[in-house]
Amino acid sequence: MKPLRWPRVVLHVFLTVMAVGWLVPLLWGLFNSLRDYDYTGTHGYFSFGGFTFQNYVDAWQRAEFGEKFLNSLYITVPAVVLTLFLSSCAAFVLARFSFKLNLTLLGVFVAANLLPPQALLIPIYRAFREVDLLNSYTGLVLINTAFQLGFCTLVLSNYMKTIPHELYESAEVDGAGVSRQFFTLTLPLVRPALAALTTLQVTWIYNEFFWATVLLSDGDKFPITSSLNNLRGEFFTDYNLLSAGSIIVALPTLLVFFILQRQFVSGLTLGSTKG
Amino acid sequence: MPARRRLTLRDRIVVTLMIGVPLIFVILLVWLPALSSVALSFSRWEGFGGIGSIDWIGFENYKNIATIYPPFWPAIWHNLIWVGFLFLIPTPLGMFLAVLLDKEIRGSRLYQTAFYLPVILSLALTGFIWQLIYSRDQGLLNALLGTQIDWYGDPNVNLWSVLVATAWKHTGYIMLIYLAGLKAVDPGLREAARVDGASEPRTFFSIVFPVLRPINLIVLVITIIESLRAFDIVWIVNKGRNGLEVIAALVAQNIIGEASRIGFGSALATIMLLISSVYVVVHLRATTRGDDR
Repeated sequence: MKPLRWPRVVLHVFLTVMAVGWLVPLLWGLFNSLRDYDYTGTHGYFSFGGFTFQNYVDAWQRAEFGEKFLNSLYITVPAVVLTLFLSSCAAFVLARFSFKLNLTLLGVFVAANLLPPQALLIPIYRAFREVDLLNSYTGLVLINTAFQLGFCTLVLSNYMKTIPHELYESAEVDGAGVSRQFFTLTLPLVRPALAALTTLQVTWIYNEFFWATVLLSDGDKFPITSSLNNLRGEFFTDYNLLSAGSIIVALPTLLVFFILQRQFVSGLTLGSTKG
Repeated sequence: MPARRRLTLRDRIVVTLMIGVPLIFVILLVWLPALSSVALSFSRWEGFGGIGSIDWIGFENYKNIATIYPPFWPAIWHNLIWVGFLFLIPTPLGMFLAVLLDKEIRGSRLYQTAFYLPVILSLALTGFIWQLIYSRDQGLLNALLGTQIDWYGDPNVNLWSVLVATAWKHTGYIMLIYLAGLKAVDPGLREAARVDGASEPRTFFSIVFPVLRPINLIVLVITIIESLRAFDIVWIVNKGRNGLEVIAALVAQNIIGEASRIGFGSALATIMLLISSVYVVVHLRATTRGDDR
């Protein structure tokens, strides 16, 4: 047992104050989401009481969250699967073979990920209108996939480079072609990276706001993040209702986070430590 | 390259497809539109009719943006404030928290979770959650301060309100990246510094910080990207008007809605591309250098 030391105490006090301060916006939202509008109306928000679950029921119905969750699902699941599959393929080729253009190709993917999406908006909008992809889930899946490919390819190819070359050579001796090497050797070995990327991509694409806002015009198709606006009235806002709505929208990402916390944290840092 | 010579025809086709399909995605949906934005920026086009109806007008859009488009200079200024603010407040704070949490203290996990919880929420949602704090009549902040400020609505303060909400998210992100970086620092380095009698801050600034160079570079790029792309939270608050003009929102304003000014919006988009090309180059140099190792 170490003796109690003042610097440690100061450190803990500081961190506790900061951490609690950091949670205030979320806790305040949670607290008010559980309170009756009329109660806070008469007693003010600095009061205690009037607890109810009605805001959640109302928010769910008013913003048609059931339907919106499905919309988010239709966009997120195919986009994540497609992104991970395509970036695994690209990363495999970039890590396994060496051509002259290797670095250039990696650059084409990575740089694409860094461009501001707003800078591509006009041509994408026009092109999607021509080929009837505007206001469709497919369009959103495609654009999200194209955007996330760079990051995933970078992370996966870094990861795949750590696989010893001898493994591939012995697979070749056994007569395994490139596609068999990819599916039976590489993919199982990069599972940790794939798990981390899956959690990251699910939160990012689920949270994606810009493309959903500009490419969808039909309110029925909005994913859940863009539909929160439905709960905000033009002239007056029911903050208890809005809190409940925010909590509902945040719930899936919070769940993903707490279940897959380890993968999430390593995922956020996967790309950066190798940079 | 021994592996390459042995590739059969079938394998060659497979390899081509594996790299080709993702490449087509990126080229068709990112690079081609980026170049088209540049091309369209030299035109006047309301978006009706075919490509034939485009009027090529040279640099006029750029001239108009710089001279007679009122929101442009405020937007540039706001984006600069954005990046400056993120660099001065949440980035050092995130780094400081990472250094503190790296000490393996009790309850470190709990503290970490508190700080990076905002990272997993979208910026749009962050905007909504902070509305509960910023609301003029019902918000927490005015109740605490006894003021009547419309934090999101008042053009004198709303940029700062939005920045505080953004910093809430950014700090956790930076903290996480530095935590990972610090874990990778060779403990022997610090040990040696301690034996030499260097103080803790001294050790950090002259030994640890330089070792973190790749991480610093990533943080630099991430902070600039986030500042240039600033859109979600601003759009949620007031669609980027009245004190919250940012370039990304101006591009969106010019294309969505009744009056779509394609050439004009493209010129704004091209300006964004030009700015971003600077950090793209920085980042690519860092990435490819990592590859040479």
